[in-house]
Amino acid sequence: MTTQEIHGILDKYKHDKTRLMDILYDIQHKTNYIPMDKVDIIADELNMSSADVEQTISFYHFYSTKPRGKYSICLNNSVVANMKGREFVAQAFKDELGCEFGEVKDDIGLFETSCIGMSDQEPAALINGKVFTNLTTYRVRELIRDMRLGMKVDDMFANTFGDSMNSSPLIKSCVRNSLKRTGPILGQEYIPGKTLKKQVALMSPQDVINELKKSHLRGRGGAGFPTGIKWEFARKAKGEKKYVFCNADEGEPGTFKDRVILTEKPGMVFEGMVIAAYAIGASEGILYLRYEYRYLRKYLVDVLDKMRKNNSLGKNPGGIKDFEFDIRIQLGAGAYVCGEESALIESAEGKRGEPRNRPPFPVEKGYLGFPTVVNNVETLIAAVRIIQNGGEWYQKLGTKESTGTKILSVSGDCLFPGIYELEWGFTVRTLLEMVGARNTQAVQVGGPSGALIGPEQFDRNVCYSDLATGGSMIVIDNRRDLLKDVVLNFMEFFIEESCGSCVPCRNIPTLLKQKLEKILEGKATNKDFDDINNWAKMMPINRCGLGHTAANPIITSLKNFRHLYRERLKKDIEFESGFCLDDAIRESCEFVDRIPNI
Amino acid sequence: MEKKIAHFTIDNKECTATTGVSIINAARENGIFIPTLCHYEGVKPAGSCRVCTVKVNKRHLTACTTPVAEGMEIEVDTAELNDLRSSVIELLFTEGNHYCPACEKSGNCELQALAYRFGIMAPRFPYQFNERDVDASHPKIYHDHNRCILCKRCIRIIKDEKDLPAGSQGRSIFAFNQRAKKVKIKLDDRLGKELSDELAQKAMDICPVGSILVKETGFKTPIGQRKFDKEAISLDNSINLKAMKEAHHE
Ligand SMILES: Cc1cc2nc3c(=O)[nH]c(=O)nc-3n(C[C@H](O)[C@H](O)[C@H](O)COP(=O)(O)O)c2cc1C
Ligand code: SF4
Ligand code: SF4
Repeated sequence: MTTQEIHGILDKYKHDKTRLMDILYDIQHKTNYIPMDKVDIIADELNMSSADVEQTISFYHFYSTKPRGKYSICLNNSVVANMKGREFVAQAFKDELGCEFGEVKDDIGLFETSCIGMSDQEPAALINGKVFTNLTTYRVRELIRDMRLGMKVDDMFANTFGDSMNSSPLIKSCVRNSLKRTGPILGQEYIPGKTLKKQVALMSPQDVINELKKSHLRGRGGAGFPTGIKWEFARKAKGEKKYVFCNADEGEPGTFKDRVILTEKPGMVFEGMVIAAYAIGASEGILYLRYEYRYLRKYLVDVLDKMRKNNSLGKNPGGIKDFEFDIRIQLGAGAYVCGEESALIESAEGKRGEPRNRPPFPVEKGYLGFPTVVNNVETLIAAVRIIQNGGEWYQKLGTKESTGTKILSVSGDCLFPGIYELEWGFTVRTLLEMVGARNTQAVQVGGPSGALIGPEQFDRNVCYSDLATGGSMIVIDNRRDLLKDVVLNFMEFFIEESCGSCVPCRNIPTLLKQKLEKILEGKATNKDFDDINNWAKMMPINRCGLGHTAANPIITSLKNFRHLYRERLKKDIEFESGFCLDDAIRESCEFVDRIPNI
Repeated sequence: MEKKIAHFTIDNKECTATTGVSIINAARENGIFIPTLCHYEGVKPAGSCRVCTVKVNKRHLTACTTPVAEGMEIEVDTAELNDLRSSVIELLFTEGNHYCPACEKSGNCELQALAYRFGIMAPRFPYQFNERDVDASHPKIYHDHNRCILCKRCIRIIKDEKDLPAGSQGRSIFAFNQRAKKVKIKLDDRLGKELSDELAQKAMDICPVGSILVKETGFKTPIGQRKFDKEAISLDNSINLKAMKEAHHE
């Protein structure tokens, strides 16, 4: 890439350092890495230090200052991928390329990545940011052959496009939507712009908020904050400008419902943003789309264009006077923590995705310091339905304190993985029957940050007051070694995805993982269990939700599957040193020609 | 605007302070010391070490980032909280490689001083022996990553103000690099080379541990005669509280 091209990119973003993510994306996308000498140019032009630019680059999984190869393969390493034979696919990649993960060979790079939101069609990988699902060892050989022939990534799909809009010219992807059960939110017909023009246009912003409050809708991104109240806070907050964010970072392993919603009902998501903007008085909106869903970008941009033409965006959307609102798409670059709303905002400002200290909350001081509402994709489409059919209608769905429906992402050991929309309050058992699960040993409710539960809890209700979930449901049957196949993988996930700021979050998960490994090796004693429980008590003092929940895989499994831990316990001793003295001194003994003889 | 006074309690003691000041400062105004490590008065709090964690109405919050408000019931000096603080200090000792007897900062180090204060003899966590390096490539300073506790003071305080267009913030001479366990402070190559003597000295002074050292001056004051060799860290002598008093003075 020439210096002139870099300047072209900088000009495109008006030398605005808050657009650093886009600048880096454009460069990385073109040259597959961001050379250090270019970093210096960017830094100088944006009045930053190079170390500061590198601070952003080095935080994100998909940016690199070293060459990543003309083809860069990122194979997902989630629990579900492993259940579906990832191990063989990974080996095939290594054999075909003759290199290990983390290396580049013949201009083809091989890397691992956290869950890419394709749990219903694993094993899956990203190749130059394009999604390839349902991989087999045979397919791997084909792909590598195509790469060696220099084929364009787009041409490697070989007519295997997915269902619904996935085969449209703007997406052309092999991803499938696997819609298995729709309900009032996903299933009803959606007529673009109708709610905005026919209903919202006749309501005051406060009417909109009141309707939301009446519905008792709570945020679907995980935290469950009442949406109407959030909007009211933002409406009352003082600010020259206000922003609406749609959080499409969907990084919790096992969830993929936002991906499907964005493919099936993109206009409805954006209409939800327009309604939120009208309610709080915002003029700009940002859809933060995780890098892994980059293949949807063109399609989404097209939807936005159509909305502008149809008078649903831009000046006076829906014909509403004194109201102007537009939306842009911000791409992420691979970091689970960016789903946390304040990290999301930091990232959209071009910085490393480190969660902010609160207060102030985003509704008071969010993007660029202005009041900002951040809502999940699913929350926004529910908001459209609420305006369409009334808060009262919505409030009758589900249970008294968990109103409405939940769109679930079901994956793992079941016959029918996919998307299920259910009214809150169903039992885990009902769901398991619905998805064709057999011999189920455990269900991971709400992804790694949620809880691992066993059969004795399958009659619990899924709702905010009992078993809450952001949507991820991973079914695990009795062939699996829960501790090794599931818990260990989740711990590795949190270790990798911490932003690294808080001392406990940076350290405790690693220490707990070491304990788990000791348990798996059959070397643990009772003291190790105590240590685990005591050390995990530090997690609530971390800054954000990631740190608060990062010990959950081990803590909830220790509680609900204690017998699996006990089986591996060393019974007759109080203390195990955890290392072998003989091994530790072997090397030095050998060096002086002595046999270790402790 | 008239300043509003907040009434609150710390460990059941009735206190007052201006509404909106951080709990750390509010406590100080009432003669109560809350141990801190990453905090440095006068710059935006990082809230990253979590040493100043207190409980407000039963919830854990960092005292450096939380503004005091009317009616708060704050717990500071409880067995649970002191144990958590001690755990944080212990984690830092096991995460980095701290050989205090050979360290130029020994006696002036806030990490060491807090370890004394909490009576830490040996950490409860296993040492990690993480591989970290020493960067001696810069003309003015050594940067020993073994000792860095990632408090971000250097990032927040040491800025380059040369030739900046009006209205823009200073450039960061130090920055975070990477994330998770791999996170590390990076000193900008080019700005590091141009670092003035004053800024180099300031960087060393504000670093709570011996991670940033000005070359050729390490052992000016002999060990045994340094600050925390003589007295325990407290409200009166911690570096950042002194800075705060000076700031108040100005
Ligand atoms: C580590 C972490 C990751 C998160 N990831 C997401 C995400 O991918 N999508 C999302 O909508 N919310 C996510 N959240 C929750 C957001 O912080 C926030 O609560 C949510 O976007 C608010 O929208 P809602 O009220 O509509 O749920 C995450 C939170 C944490 C702590
Ligand atoms: S809890 Fe973890 S992820 Fe969250 S801010 Fe702290 S270090 Fe970062
Ligand atoms: S170098 Fe010193 S001041 Fe900078 S983060 Fe590390 S310990 Fe803190």
